Amino acid sequence: MYSDKVMEHFTNPRNVGEIADASGIGNVGNPVCGDIMKVFIKVEDNVIVDIKFKTFGCGAAIATSSMVTEMAKGKTIKEALEISRKDVAEALDGLPPQKMHCSNLAADALHAAIEDYKSKSV
Amino acid sequence: MRRVYFDHSATTPVNPLVAEEMYKFLTGENFGNPTSQHYFGLIARRAVEEAREKVAGVISADPNEVIFTSGGTESDNMAIQGVAQTNRDRGNHIITCAVEHHAVLNTVKALGKQGFTTTILPVDHYGMVDVDQLAESITDKTILITIMHANNEVGTIMPIREIGKLAKQKGIIFHTDAVQSFGKVPFTVDELGVDLLSISGHKLYGPKGIGALYIRRGTRLRQTLFHGGAQEKLRRAGTENVPGIVGLGKAAELAGSDMEQENKKMTDLRDKLIDGVLSSFKKVRLTGHPLIRLPNHVSFCFEYIEGESMLLSLDMKGIAASSGSACTSGSLEPSHVLLAMGIPPEIAHGSLRLTLGSGNTEEDVDYFLEAIGPIVERLRSISPFSEEENFDTDAGCSECRISQSCKG
Repeated sequence: MYSDKVMEHFTNPRNVGEIADASGIGNVGNPVCGDIMKVFIKVEDNVIVDIKFKTFGCGAAIATSSMVTEMAKGKTIKEALEISRKDVAEALDGLPPQKMHCSNLAADALHAAIEDYKSKSV
Repeated sequence: MRRVYFDHSATTPVNPLVAEEMYKFLTGENFGNPTSQHYFGLIARRAVEEAREKVAGVISADPNEVIFTSGGTESDNMAIQGVAQTNRDRGNHIITCAVEHHAVLNTVKALGKQGFTTTILPVDHYGMVDVDQLAESITDKTILITIMHANNEVGTIMPIREIGKLAKQKGIIFHTDAVQSFGKVPFTVDELGVDLLSISGHKLYGPKGIGALYIRRGTRLRQTLFHGGAQEKLRRAGTENVPGIVGLGKAAELAGSDMEQENKKMTDLRDKLIDGVLSSFKKVRLTGHPLIRLPNHVSFCFEYIEGESMLLSLDMKGIAASSGSACTSGSLEPSHVLLAMGIPPEIAHGSLRLTLGSGNTEEDVDYFLEAIGPIVERLRSISPFSEEENFDTDAGCSECRISQSCKG
C-alpha cells in the first residue's frame, strides 16, 4: 500500500522531538480524526535552523511529518511557506489516495508553525 | 522471517483436510451439477446433502433447515430482507443493535429507507445489548429482531438465549449472525432459540465464498435476493457451489469434533495474551467483555498511538493483526463498534485486535509479547501525547484546520 520511501520514513523518522525554546509551534489535526501533528521550528536570520515534530497518527502521518521536517530544514521562511502538501506527497513517491487528506497534514503543521513564529516576532 | 497470524476473525487458512475434500469435487467424475439427473449429477447431489448434514449436525438442526449461500453477508441479507419483505403484512418494525457487522447494520438501514421502522439499540461498555431495553423497544409492529451472537471486533458474546426466549414469547422472528461463533463455541439452535442463523465458511478453516443460513422450519421467509432456478428447494437460486459446500461441510465436521479441546487451547492462549499486555503497559484497556467473549479473541485500545502505525510495525516483525482505527476501516471514522461502546474516538483509533487460531502456539504469544513492547514505546515516543500531556481534547472538527478537505 505504501511506497518504500513512506515505509522508510515511518521506520526511521527524522527530527522527532520537541524544541524547548522554539521560535514557533504549529499544532494541527485533531485526535478525534486520528491524526494530530505538532511542529517546532527554531528560526535564525529568517532561516529554519532546526525543526522537530511529534505526531499521533497512521504510517502516512508519521512519514509526511518526517519528510516535511527534512524538506524545511535550512530553508528560508519564504521557501518553507512554498512547501505544499503535494510536494510532501511527491517527495515520498506518492501516498495512497485515501491518505491524501487527513494524513497529509505535515505541510499545514509547518505553515502553522511559521505563522506562530511570525505572530510572535511582530 | 517468523510469521505469526493473529487475524483469524478476518479469515482463516483452509485446513488441508478441507482442501483435499474440495479438490475431489473439482475434477474426475465429481464435477457434476447437483440438479442433473444422471450419474455425475447424483455424485454432486450426494456430496451437497452430506455437507448439509454435517453443518446441521454442529448446531443440532434438521439438515432441511440449512441452505447454502455465498457467505455471511449473503446469509444476513437473505435473512433480514427475506423476513422484512415476507412479513410486511404483519408489521414493519425491525430491531437490531449498534455493534452489528455492516452486513446486518447496513441491510437494516437500507430497509429503513424503504418504509420500515428500525430500532438500533445501544450497547453497554462491554458491547453487550440490554435485554430489558430490547423488550421495551418491541411494538405490535415488530417483525424481526436481529442481534449478533459474538462480536467480530471486541469478541463479546451477546445474551442470545434470553433474547430468543423473549422473541418466542412475543412471536417475533429472531435472527442471529453467528459468523464468529459457529464452530468455536458450543450451542444448538434450540438452546439459542433462534429462527435464523448466519454461518460463514472462511472463518472456520473452510474456503471463502461459501456460507449457510439456518432457517427454522415454519419461519415465514421468502427468497427475495435472487430470481432464478429452483435450487435449495426454491430458497436460493443459482447452481450450487459444490466444492465450497463440500469444504464448508468438512470444516464444520472438523470444528464440531474438537470444539472442546480447541476452545480450551484458545482460551489459554487468549488469557496469556491479555495478561501479558495488561501487565506490561500503562494506558491500555481490554475492549469487550473480559469473560463472556470468544475463546480466540483479544482486543485492546492503546492510548496515545494510532492503530495503523501499530499494524505496520507488527507486520514488519511478521505479526499479522487488525485494528478498528479510521485508517484501517477505509472510512474516516474509527470503528462504529468501539464508538457505540462509549470509547472516545481518540482512544478508539488506538485499537488492536488479535484473533487466534488453531495454528497458533504459546511461542507465538511469547513472540508477540516480546515484539509489542518496543513498538508501543517507539510510537509513544513519537506521539505528542503522554500521561503528562492531556490526551482528551474538546477540539471539534471546526477547530481542525484540515477538516474541510477531510469531509470532501
